[in-house]
Amino acid sequence: MELRRFAFIALIIVVMFGTIVAIGSSRTSPGILIVSMLATTIAVATPLTLGALSGLYCERAGVVNIGIEGMMLASAFFGWFAAIYMNTILKMPPLLSLWLGVLAAIVTGGLMGLLHAVLSVTFKVDQIIGGTVINLLAVGISGFFNRQLFFEKGSIFGGQVPHAPGTLPAFHVPILADIPVVGRIFEQQPIAISAILLVFFTHYVLFYTRWGLRTRAVGEHPRAADTVGINVARMRYANVIIGGLMAGLAGAYFTLESVPSFEPGMTNGRGFISLAAMIFGNWSPFGAWSAALVFGAAQALQINLQFFRELIPPQWAFLQQASIVGLVPYLLTMLILTGIIGRTTPPAADGVPYEK
Amino acid sequence: MMTQTDKSGNQVVLEAKGITKRFPGVLANDRVDFDLRQGEIHVLLGENGAGKSTLMNVLYGLYHSDEGQFFRNGQPISIDNPKDAIAQGIGMVHQHFMLIPVFTVTENIMLGEEEMKNAVLDRKGVAKKVRDLSHQYGLDIDPDALVIDIPVGVQQRVEIVKTLYRHADILILDEPTAVLTPQEVDDLFRIMRGLTTKGVSIVFITHKLKEVLAIADRITVMRAGQVVGTVTPAETDEHQLAAMMVGREVILTVDKPPAEPGEDILQIEDLHVADQRGLEVVKGVSFTVKAGEILGIAGVQGNGQTELVEAITGLRPVKLGRVLLNGQEVSGKPPRPIIEAGMSHIPEDRQRHGLVMSYPVADNLILCTYYIAPFAKGLVMNEPAVEENAYRLVKQFDVRTPSPFVTASKLSGGNQQKVIVARELSRPVKLLVANQPTRGLDVGSIEYIHSQIVAIRDQGAAVLLVSAELDEIMALSDRIAVMYRGEIVEIVQAGSVTKAELGLMMAGSHIH
Repeated sequence: MELRRFAFIALIIVVMFGTIVAIGSSRTSPGILIVSMLATTIAVATPLTLGALSGLYCERAGVVNIGIEGMMLASAFFGWFAAIYMNTILKMPPLLSLWLGVLAAIVTGGLMGLLHAVLSVTFKVDQIIGGTVINLLAVGISGFFNRQLFFEKGSIFGGQVPHAPGTLPAFHVPILADIPVVGRIFEQQPIAISAILLVFFTHYVLFYTRWGLRTRAVGEHPRAADTVGINVARMRYANVIIGGLMAGLAGAYFTLESVPSFEPGMTNGRGFISLAAMIFGNWSPFGAWSAALVFGAAQALQINLQFFRELIPPQWAFLQQASIVGLVPYLLTMLILTGIIGRTTPPAADGVPYEK
Repeated sequence: MMTQTDKSGNQVVLEAKGITKRFPGVLANDRVDFDLRQGEIHVLLGENGAGKSTLMNVLYGLYHSDEGQFFRNGQPISIDNPKDAIAQGIGMVHQHFMLIPVFTVTENIMLGEEEMKNAVLDRKGVAKKVRDLSHQYGLDIDPDALVIDIPVGVQQRVEIVKTLYRHADILILDEPTAVLTPQEVDDLFRIMRGLTTKGVSIVFITHKLKEVLAIADRITVMRAGQVVGTVTPAETDEHQLAAMMVGREVILTVDKPPAEPGEDILQIEDLHVADQRGLEVVKGVSFTVKAGEILGIAGVQGNGQTELVEAITGLRPVKLGRVLLNGQEVSGKPPRPIIEAGMSHIPEDRQRHGLVMSYPVADNLILCTYYIAPFAKGLVMNEPAVEENAYRLVKQFDVRTPSPFVTASKLSGGNQQKVIVARELSRPVKLLVANQPTRGLDVGSIEYIHSQIVAIRDQGAAVLLVSAELDEIMALSDRIAVMYRGEIVEIVQAGSVTKAELGLMMAGSHIH
């Protein structure tokens, strides 16, 4: 079952890469094309992977989190603001400012997670409503502070957006990055690398540690966990906050790693796609990661098709419409949700508040 | 087997003094005293709602008592949560198992008391311990199986091993026989005896009188939150225990004249039905129910009975085969035409499928007839007729409710069931389909509902009775069909088989 899912995902990625090789090989060698596609895919998949991990911690503990989008957006803003503040006002060096910005983004995510936990665990608010509240709140506060702090006369930056301290520099993975051609894949920025490490780490935590066993127990059958002395509320709080931290790191990707600026609403639905990736991956870290890679590959395909626009053969003219390619992941998600590629099974108590 | 006199000198390992527990509007435990001696099986007997489970949930730390004190080996102890109870060596097997279906047996057992090796859960090590424990106490389980894949009887053993893994020497079993076949009950009793010889003391909660006398060293009877008394099996019998439980004399057998079967009312031909996952759970069932007879379907829960009933009543699609009511094919039809053809249905889950809990009793009484006269008058409801109907049925069927206009959710389980029975039997009935009609009810309500089922039979209706309670099947049925894994094992005349034979058939073996 799981094998079928991964085979299906691999097939889609191969088809997308094959399309670019078929179109672009007359100008660039297939090897270089594939490597560059891979590098883009991994980078683009970063916030999706982290977002999916955010959902994973929450939902494995039994709390539905549709607020990932908002958590990302708020973190993207406050991380960015913190980095500029450190750099411009406190005169810290750019690299240190960026890292402190990442820290601020993670803390913002954690606080948003805490809010979601208070709503859904303590007050047993409908979790869909709670998540929606977080999404709306994030749009509001990031937009408001963006205007107040940067564009109002008399604000700390004097009504002018200061120069951002840039983006996090790429990290050169020792040895691997020195391999010719393929080495390019191993030159990634730090959040992209940590996202991959966190996939492995989350798999270990969920399936090989005490914490993971208890988290899953609380998400499957909270009463059973309660009867063996596990504090259900505390486990849910902790996991939802951890989920928030993950979404916070995803938020940092947007303004501190990808581009050095903030735009209102810049997460642009990535939080929801993360959620789709989590479901697509059947609530498992590797499943979610591979699903995020499918979405990443689709976007890499879209970007590359624009480079090779004039090489697209006339009978494939529809590919010139980049947005059509952009649709592929969404269509795939719907296909997956119908259960054709093996059924997905959420944790049994997902979204159900625990009543003693 | 040890006798009572050996035990009288034994040490008291656990004592409850003056336990009082109030829920909003209910006094669930009223100054309850209870004690458990070393190595005994102490039965806690009482009707549903008598306060047995509440007492044990307080003891296990799931509820907090308002008054009272527990003593362990004579020392006062306080138990605020299950962790404290576990630390005191108390283990509980809940009525609804506390197992996680997608976890393995080992994972379920170690949950909360995990062991680590090299920063990784030590599944192998714990599996070995589980194997050792299961050999030591004669509880056969496979540590690597997923709980979802193992039968209920085995799940129960997992629950027991779970408590032993936590070094429990006091074991609370809450209604452990409700989900078992008679043979599995025998196995459980053997296991319980084995445990007591190894020093475990057991509290056994039940409302089944027959079991009590077979296994108990002492019996404490509870009624309406209070302890009525403590007796030994030697000095009591079923009738006395029943009277202690209910507070009056109870008729234990159903009085019914021999059946006079008429023409065929319900005919089932080679019926196949799938469950929500698409798996076929009714696999080619055929039988007939005649006017004026009760056909009982026996079987352990989950052998396709629910889906069979849903297919007959129009709630679930029929995959293959035919259902004929009065000679007319009704398979594939929605419930309304089937109801209009004369079917009444007492569903398995009264709160989810029998009643609209947030509606008043009066409206629940017209759920099948609201759209026809006299209850409907053009586009609007004829309120006086609805009211008159409600007052009449509440009186006739002895529904204990402050008024017909309180919501169904305010009624006790027995009275909720009476509302359903009133609604279903106050129409002209050709076929009554009753699924678990007395589950979870007190003895008084059971008596009443049984008498109503027999009465409707004697008026010439065909009755299809589905129950997991073998005693109920044997008391009411004229013929008995045993269902096992989606098939009818055999159909026999009631009275021609013993309970033990039915038990074997419920496990799939043919007798004849």
